[in-house]
Amino acid sequence: MAVERIMERYTSRVREVTLGATAEQGGTRSHTITVGGDSTLPFLHFEGEVPHRPVLALEVNDVPPAWHQLLLEHYRDVLDDPGAWAAKAVRQFGADLVCLRLVGADPDGENRSPEECAQVVRRVLEAVKVPLIVIGCGDADKDNEVMPAVAEAGAGENLLLGIATQENYKTLTAACMVHKHNIIAQSPIDINICKQLNILISEMNMPLDRIVIDPTLGALGYGIEYTYSIMERIRLGALGGDSMLAMPVIVNVGYEAWRAKEANVPESEFPRWGDQPTRAVLWEAMTGAHGLQAGAHIVILRNPDALRLLRRHIEQLMVPNRA
Amino acid sequence: MILVGERINGMFRDIRRAIRDKDPGPVQHWAKRQEEAGADYLDVNVGPAAEDPVEAMKWLVQVVQEVTEVPLCLDSTNYDAIEAGLRLCKKAAIINSVPADRPKIERVFPMAKEYGAKVIGLTMDRKGIPKDAEARTALAMEIVAAADEFGFPIEDLFIDPLVLPVNVAQDHGPEVLETIRQVKNLASPPPKTIIGLSNVSQKAVHRSLVDRTFVAMAMAAGLDAAILNLDDDALLDTIATARILLNQDVYADSYLKVFRSRRR
Repeated sequence: MAVERIMERYTSRVREVTLGATAEQGGTRSHTITVGGDSTLPFLHFEGEVPHRPVLALEVNDVPPAWHQLLLEHYRDVLDDPGAWAAKAVRQFGADLVCLRLVGADPDGENRSPEECAQVVRRVLEAVKVPLIVIGCGDADKDNEVMPAVAEAGAGENLLLGIATQENYKTLTAACMVHKHNIIAQSPIDINICKQLNILISEMNMPLDRIVIDPTLGALGYGIEYTYSIMERIRLGALGGDSMLAMPVIVNVGYEAWRAKEANVPESEFPRWGDQPTRAVLWEAMTGAHGLQAGAHIVILRNPDALRLLRRHIEQLMVPNRA
Repeated sequence: MILVGERINGMFRDIRRAIRDKDPGPVQHWAKRQEEAGADYLDVNVGPAAEDPVEAMKWLVQVVQEVTEVPLCLDSTNYDAIEAGLRLCKKAAIINSVPADRPKIERVFPMAKEYGAKVIGLTMDRKGIPKDAEARTALAMEIVAAADEFGFPIEDLFIDPLVLPVNVAQDHGPEVLETIRQVKNLASPPPKTIIGLSNVSQKAVHRSLVDRTFVAMAMAAGLDAAILNLDDDALLDTIATARILLNQDVYADSYLKVFRSRRR
């Protein structure tokens, strides 16, 4: 019996966002990375276009982080040098881009000055030639001091800077506009706030093709299905012509996966959960694979082994499935 | 929701004078103003008083297209005037309209195909507008069948169930709403539905309130398009809100502002 193939025809597509700038474009990156442009749901090549493969970033911290030993062992030789850490992430582990998290700025931690943070950004920009994501420490007031200095230090490099939230977006948006960077707009697994924040940022005259949505991701076992439904609605909104939802999506997989108990507890504590190193890699990789299926364009990871698995997974997902 | 601006119509005194004196000012003013208010199409009607409807339509189409790229909805019972307008349209237009009347159907659908135009079909025939939804739907079915016969794409067909003024034909309101629902079952894909909204409030005291209440009810019944007064902010806010409540747009606190600025 003949099977009728039902295909959706969408009127719009996800906007493309380009990260990084080469010498001709006023930066020092060896190449740029463009994400987005999809005219269908994730990886339905038979139905529409998926012009750019999703990209994988590895997280680099400016100060040695309080991560699990299983993660730290990959980076033990570079923990004190964000430049060397970034170089290892790119050259040895094959990250498409680096996500520098400025944890050292945290007033409850090392409380580093904006100028110190800017210096770290310069150091990482010298160490690697891939496009760069820079995220603040998470303290809104401090980030509002630090990120303008970061934006200035990275002027011309077309960075992706975060994180803007509905409560705190103006300073970062202004910094991104002045120095021509892209912005991460984060909402708490809430499509209405997601859309509203994009509206608020665009009302400051930030071009829509310089906004990336961080929908906030729940790790496997921690609200992953809720994240999926929100990301699916974001994509369907984009495909249906809602320009305030038509941005590429970034997901913070490493951070979320390593908050899960399942990644952190040893086999001795839960014998039935099996080998912890394998389990931890899989927890991160599965959370990332879910993010991809839900429509993520940029996945931030911590474990290079998870990156390796996801890299292979993406290659398979990007094989055209036009029958 | 497809919004068709109603204002360039010889029934309005300023447009009637503009056509008579060949003064593009008022026509272009309303073309721009309705575009800014978010018009997807601009209805263009020379009005009953035009001496030479063909020439008047040509002039209106040219003058409007000088200031806007919004596509047009050519509104006339004179098909020579519509054809003259279609020849000048830079973008695919809507033909407004054809009743369930064989000679007119035979004139309109081939013309629509030739110019790539969409068509508004009226649920009326030579005997006039039927009162109940069943009879309206039967006439809609005749038009759908005719479109099919002429190889005209059904998704480019708009059925207008003909809204009548509430102060003289109150009993038609529910029939129109029911027709909007039933028309969706006539074909797959179904034809679209459209109403000339302002007709419902003709000579009523609270025009804006009547218009916006009815449009919300019609949208809930499945309405796809309306020819309406885009100068009525409360009406546009109602449409934006109905889209949210019908889950057609994603809610955001600034949704009214986004809806109003969606063409800019």
